[in-house]
Order: sequence, then C-alpha cells, then structure tokens
Amino acid sequence: MEVQTVKPLIEIENVSVRYRVPHEKIFSLKEYAIRRLKRSISYIDFWALCEINLKVYQGELIGIIGPNGAGKSTLLKVISRVLRPTKGHIKVRGMVAPLLELGAGFDFELTGRENIFLNGTILGFKMKDIANRFDRIVDFAELKDFIDSPLRTYSTGMVARLGFAVATDVKPDILIIDEIFAVGDKEFQKKSIERIEGFKGKGTTILFVSHNLPQVQSMCKRIIWLEHGVSRAVGPAKEVIEHYLRENH
Amino acid sequence: MWKQRVTMMEYDSGLKRSPLFSELIELFRYRDLLYLMTLTSIKRRYKRSTLGIIWSLLGPLLTMAVLTIAFSNLFRFSLINYPIYLLSGLIFWNLFTQTTQDAMNSLIWGGNLLRRIYVPRTVFSITAINTGLINLFLAFIPLAIIMLILRHPFRPALFFLPFAILLIAMFALGVGLILSTMSVFFIDVVYIYQVVISAWFYLTPIIYPRDIFPAQYVWYMNFNPLYNLLELFRVPIYLGLIPGTNTILAASLWAGISLLIGFWVFTKKADEFAYRI
Repeated sequence: MEVQTVKPLIEIENVSVRYRVPHEKIFSLKEYAIRRLKRSISYIDFWALCEINLKVYQGELIGIIGPNGAGKSTLLKVISRVLRPTKGHIKVRGMVAPLLELGAGFDFELTGRENIFLNGTILGFKMKDIANRFDRIVDFAELKDFIDSPLRTYSTGMVARLGFAVATDVKPDILIIDEIFAVGDKEFQKKSIERIEGFKGKGTTILFVSHNLPQVQSMCKRIIWLEHGVSRAVGPAKEVIEHYLRENH
Repeated sequence: MWKQRVTMMEYDSGLKRSPLFSELIELFRYRDLLYLMTLTSIKRRYKRSTLGIIWSLLGPLLTMAVLTIAFSNLFRFSLINYPIYLLSGLIFWNLFTQTTQDAMNSLIWGGNLLRRIYVPRTVFSITAINTGLINLFLAFIPLAIIMLILRHPFRPALFFLPFAILLIAMFALGVGLILSTMSVFFIDVVYIYQVVISAWFYLTPIIYPRDIFPAQYVWYMNFNPLYNLLELFRVPIYLGLIPGTNTILAASLWAGISLLIGFWVFTKKADEFAYRI
C-alpha cells in the first residue's frame, strides 16, 4: 500500500487548551464591573490539554486512550475545530467527519428530507452534492417510507441511522470515532462497521477513542495515551497498552 | 479523486489571518447552510399555525388601528394620512428590533450547535437578518392596502426603498453581532436590551411627528442612528420623496460603522464562544 507520508493530515504542535473557570460564577454585568475595578476576579485555570504533539499521516489508525477527564474529548474537539487551542497550533488537511456528533442541528419539526439537507450543510456539504447523494443516504438509513414525515415521529434508532448515513455518505479524509458507536439495531451496526472498514481500506485516517483496550489494540497501530491533559506516551499499540496496564493495575 | 483534493478543506489554527477575513471566507463556503437556516427559520415560524401568516399581517394592522384611534384624536397631530406615517414607522421598528433580538437569542440557542461542531459563527446573526427581511415583505402587504384605501400616492421614490432597507439591515446586523457577543459573556444583556429598546422606541419619532421636539433639539436627533435610518425608510413611503443627502450620508455612516464594529468584535471573540456557552 502506498501511503503518502510527505505531509501529515493532522499536525498538532504544542497544543494546550485552558478552561478558565471564574472562582465564583459571575452572573451579572454589574458584578463583573465592580470586581473588575477592584481587580478581584479570580479564575481557576484548568488545563484540559497540555503541550500535546502529534502527527497523523494518511491512512493511519490512531487510538486515543486514557482515564476519564484525561482530555480525550477535548483533543477531538480541537481536531474537529470546535475549540481553538489556547496555545500552540493545529493544522488539519482534509475533510473531517466527527462521528461523535451525529445529527448535529437536527430539527425535529422538519421532515427527514429537510433534515438531510440541513445536517448535510452543517457538515459543510453543498446542497447540490447532497441532492445527488440523497437516494443513497435514504437507502442506507432504511427510511424510504418515512422520509417525508417530521423527525419527531422517528424512533431514537431511526434518528441515529439518519445521522450516521448523512455523515458517512462521502468518504471522509479523517474520521473521528468516540467510544463504540452503537447506532441502531444489530443489523445496522454491522452495516455501519462495514462502511467504516471500507473507508479504512481506501485510506481514510481514523482517530478512535475507547476504553475498550483489546479493541483499540486490535484496531490501531499507534496509540496516544493521555492523562490529566498530558501525553504520557505515543507509540506502537502493544507497547503503549502494556505500559498503561502496568501502571493502572 | 483529484478534483476532491482541490476543494479539500484545510484548517490551520496558526494562520496569521484576521479573524474577520477568515470568517468571510468561511461564510462564503457555508453559503448553502445560510440559505437553509433562513428557510428553516421561516418554516418554523409559519408551519405550526395555519394562521401564522395571517397573524403577522394582522398584528401591525391592529397596533396601527389602536394607536391611530388613540393619537390622532387625542393629540390632533398635524399629520395627514397618519395611519401611513405610523404603519411605516412600526414596520421599520419591528424590522430593527426583531432582527437584533433574534440575532442575540439564536446565538444562545445555537450554542448547543457551537459546542458540538464547527460552523461559521456569524451564520446565526445573518440568518436572523435574512428572516427579518423576508418578514418585511409580508409586512408591506397591509401597508399597501392601507395606502390604497387612503388613496395615498405610490411615487417613484419607492424605488429608493431597497437601498434604505439595505442600510437598515447592515445597521441591524452590526448591532445584532455586538449584542450576541456581549450576551455570551453576560446573559443580562438580553434583559438590559429589552429596557433599552422600549426607551429607544419613545426617543425615535415613530408614533409622533418629529416637530414635537423644540427646533433647537432636533439636531441632537442625529445622534440617534435609528432616526436617520427611519427617515430614510419613511420619506419615500410617506412623502414620496428621495431622502435628503444629509440623511443618506448619516444613515450610511451609521450602517457602515455598526457593521464594521459588529463584525470586528464578534469575530475577535468568536473563538471563545465554545468555551463559554
């Protein structure tokens, strides 16, 4: 397999993310003004990520492990451009499909059809592209008979299927998966895993967050281990997981 | 495959580009989203109740009827065709207040989206303005009917209106962006603005004639941006004239300043929104 290694798809350089929480929550403008004058605003700085460095190349499968609150989700948010790093910088080349947020912006009063377009444009697609792919999306989500009913009449599984179908219809350059995404029933789960396996074969870069260590080890070649926002180790899956287990047991 | 590479997105947080400029580029890229969000907000407004459209037509008419009865008899204003004077003022006022308030509320509502996925942050405010402009066309229907009933002439000066509306929209967008930015950090702004708006209503000659002010104070009206913008909107409808050069200049200046400051402040702070909302 030819992997283009000239330019990494994701370059994370010294990225730090700070959540600044006011010591006591200031609700009002007046209170803020008074405290500002008195210079008595105290913050608790919480570094969710601290000087993370990572380069991810095309076609790589990277696992992200670590205990709760280690900064895994924050890292994914930085990569999917929701949070801008407080320090350092990040460069992402290519289309990112964040499977952590299926169906962002779904409006339950609108029909399935309208929501495919709305959600699709939120993900950054053009309406023309969505129109061309519309039938395929509906087929995959198995919602042909319901596509003109309002979303509020859908079951949770149907909504999830629709979200997955829109987000994964085009092969993304970078796929972000948080935990084991369990979408819909058994059969649909099988279908969605097949689709992701297909992307893998075609050179999509995958970032995979999970607590299921055996699964991560079997899927990913390389792993980054985060703890308290610090990168503890980056390296081959087996080594990092062994190190991780030694320390956590 | 290669074609897809060309249109490939690239995101570089280290890029030294002005946030205002980047936002404009992103807005262009997400123009289809802007269109769909406007459509959705119109649908949301009119879908649920079949009477939705009728209400939005009747609302200003009823307000106008009540105020006409109250003021034209009580104060005996020296205004001919007072209902048209009043209704054009109210339409202007509704456009400004609805769009600015919508812009603010939709960002707080949209916060849910901003924490989950990237979209250009100004889409919420711009959607609010677009929606207001579409509602404006509906509001012109009762105005036209009243003008026909009162035999008020339709003059060619009405062709000036699109320009007036453009300036009003620019001004409202700027104010909306500033308010949205402030409300992310201090939710009080939402309530303060309501108070400001009701005071502003009475400081602007919407329901009363401008002459009510003593002549030496009229000049101070230039400090009220809504005064010049209102004149720009009302003069072609009510007097059938193109507004004076001074009015046009002052209104353009206010619109430009507001939009520039609004965009600048908003885009400068927009990266903090996801942390705050």
